[in-house]
Amino acid sequence: MTLFRIVLKSLRQHLLSTAVTALSLALAVGLLMTVWVVKEQSHATFTNVTAGFDAVLGARGSKLQLVLNAIFHLEASPGNIRWSDYQFIKKNRAVQLAVPLAVGDNYRGYRLVGTETNLFNHAYDGARTYQVRPGGRIFEDGYKEAVVGSFAARRLGLKVGDKFNPYHGLIFDEEARHADVYVVVGVLEPTNTPADRVIWIPIQGLQTMAGHDPKAATDVSAVLIKLRAPTAGFMLDQMYNKQGDKMTFAFPIGAVMSQLFDKIGWFDKVLEAVAYLVALVAIGSILASIYNSMNERRRDIAIMRALGARRATVFSAVVLEAGAIASLGVLIGFAFYAAIMSTAASVIRQQTGVVLEPFVWHRVMLWAPLGMIALGALAGVVPAFKAYRTHVAEHLAPVS
Amino acid sequence: MENRHWRGLGKRVSSPAVPLLEIANLIKAYPSPEGGTHTVVDVPSFSLAEAQQVGLRGESGSGKTTFLNLIAGILKPDSGHIVIDGKAMSDLGEPARDRLRATTIGYIFQTFNLLQGFTCLENVLLGMSFGPGADRGFATALLKRVGLESRLNHYPRQLSTGQQQRVAAARALANRPKLVLADEPTGNLDPRNSRESLRLIREACRENGAALLLVSHDQPVLDQFEDVHALHDINRAALQPGEAEA
Repeated sequence: MTLFRIVLKSLRQHLLSTAVTALSLALAVGLLMTVWVVKEQSHATFTNVTAGFDAVLGARGSKLQLVLNAIFHLEASPGNIRWSDYQFIKKNRAVQLAVPLAVGDNYRGYRLVGTETNLFNHAYDGARTYQVRPGGRIFEDGYKEAVVGSFAARRLGLKVGDKFNPYHGLIFDEEARHADVYVVVGVLEPTNTPADRVIWIPIQGLQTMAGHDPKAATDVSAVLIKLRAPTAGFMLDQMYNKQGDKMTFAFPIGAVMSQLFDKIGWFDKVLEAVAYLVALVAIGSILASIYNSMNERRRDIAIMRALGARRATVFSAVVLEAGAIASLGVLIGFAFYAAIMSTAASVIRQQTGVVLEPFVWHRVMLWAPLGMIALGALAGVVPAFKAYRTHVAEHLAPVS
Repeated sequence: MENRHWRGLGKRVSSPAVPLLEIANLIKAYPSPEGGTHTVVDVPSFSLAEAQQVGLRGESGSGKTTFLNLIAGILKPDSGHIVIDGKAMSDLGEPARDRLRATTIGYIFQTFNLLQGFTCLENVLLGMSFGPGADRGFATALLKRVGLESRLNHYPRQLSTGQQQRVAAARALANRPKLVLADEPTGNLDPRNSRESLRLIREACRENGAALLLVSHDQPVLDQFEDVHALHDINRAALQPGEAEA
C-alpha cells in the first residue's frame, strides 16, 4: 500500500469535503485563467483590429468614439463630414486608399453601414480580403442591394434573395421603419472581425434613405484611410488635429484603442483582485477542511504510526492529500475555464464582433494551476504539522 | 501462491535460548494531578526468547498498555533499557524505532484498531506497508489462514467482532514480525470467539516463528498459556491484586 493509495483512501473517506473544496478551487482556477486570458486577448485583439486601415477621419470629437464607430461599429458617430472633405483627403498623395462610411440605420439591431465597393477589395487584416459566399456577390453602387456579414446573417436568418426594410437609428425601433426595400445579394464569409456584425449597403443608399435629412445627403460619417507610409500619419495628425478644428484624425488606430484599455485598467485590477481573493478563499478552504477533519483522523494516524509509519510519512500524506485536492480542483478548473471563457467569448463576439480564442495557449494556464497546486500543498502543511505531532499512545484508545 | 507464502512463515525456527526481548531497569512515570510524578512502569528485569509465548496477567491499572507501548517503541522510557532482536531501543532515534516496529513487531489491540475506511485486505496490506512492503499474496494468505478468504474486500463495519479480531491478528503478522504484542486481544469477544481467536493467534505466531507476549486479565485466556506471569510480579509499580478495587 503506497502513500498514494493511503491518500486516495482518505480522499474517498472525506468525499463530500473533498468535492466541495475541489470545486471551490476549480472556480478560483477557472476565474484566474479567464480574467487573464480575457484581459490579454481582448487587449491584443482590440488594439489589432484596424480593418486593414491606418487611420480614421471624422467629425471633430473623440478619437476613441470615432474608432469605435468606424472600425468596431459600436457607439454613435460623433457627427458627419462633408463629401468634399472625403474627396480632399482621398486626393492627398500620402493616402493610398480612402473609403467613406455612412451610418445611421439598422435592421433589427444590426447596423447598416453605407460604403463603396472598393472596401471589399482591401485586405482587412493585411492579407485577406472580404469574400462573398458562393451564390452571392458584392452590391452594385446605386442599387438597393445589401451584403450581410456572416454573424448578422446567421442571427437575422438572412440569405441571398431576402428583402428587408431598414429601420432608422442605430437602436432597433419597430416604429422607425424606412420605406426603402433592400435585397440581399451576398453574405460574407466569416472574418472574425466587427465587420461580421454589419449589413453593408451602397453609401448613396444610406445617404438618401427615405426620411433622412436631404441637406446631409452627401455627408459621410467617417473615412477609413490607408496611408502609403505610416510616417504620413503624423503629418496628417498635425494638419487635422493641431492646426485644424473641424475634423479629427484618429491615428494610429491601435494606439487609440490602447488608450481605452489604459482608461479601464483599474477595472482589470479589480477583476484581478477578485480572482486572487477567490483563490485565497479556496486555498483557505483546503486548510480548513483538512484541519477540521484532523480530530477524527488522529486515531487513524495513531494506528498507522503504531504500525510503523514515521512522523514524516503521515506529514507527507496530509500534504500530498492537500496537493491532490488542489490538483483535482485544477483539473475541474480547466473545465470551468472552458465554460466561463466560452461564454465570455460568445458575449464579446455578440457585442463587438471581436473573436477571442478560449483554447489558445496562454502562460496563465501554466502558472495559475501550478501556483494553486503549490499553495494547496502549502495549505496542507498546517494540518500536516498537527498530524506530525499526533501522540500515538493517547489516540490508541482504550488504555488498560 | 498463498500456500507458498504461508509455508515460508512456518520455516522460521526459533531457539528458546536466544533472547529476543531483554528489559532492564525500565521506568516510565507520568506527571500526577497532585503534582510530582506517578510511576506506571518499573520493571527491573524481563526477557522473552525467540518464538516463546508468554501470558501476562494484568489487572486494570497495572500499566500493561504502557508496558507494551514501551516495548513497541511507541513510548519512550524515562530510564532503563529495552533490547529487541539485538537492537537497544535507547540507542535509536524515533525514525529508527518506527522502522524497528514496522519490521520486527506486530501489535494486536483490544479494540482491534482497524482502519474503517480500508477493506480487510487493505488493513493487512497496511500492516506491511511501512516495513517489508506490500505483498498482496502474503496478505491474502494471512486472511485465508484466519478463515476470512471470503471477506477480503469487506470493510470492518461489515464484519462481526470476532472477524474483526482475526483481521487484526492477520495484520499483526503481516510484516513477518519476530515479536507479537497483544493487549487484551480477546477483551471484546464472547468466550467461544475468545478461545477461537486466541487459538488462531497462537497458531499463527507459532507457524510464523514469532514470539508472543500477551497481556490479559482474563484467567480462561491465560490458562491456555504454559508460561504465565503476573504483571505485578514483573512491574513493581503495578497495583497489587485487590488494590484497584480498594
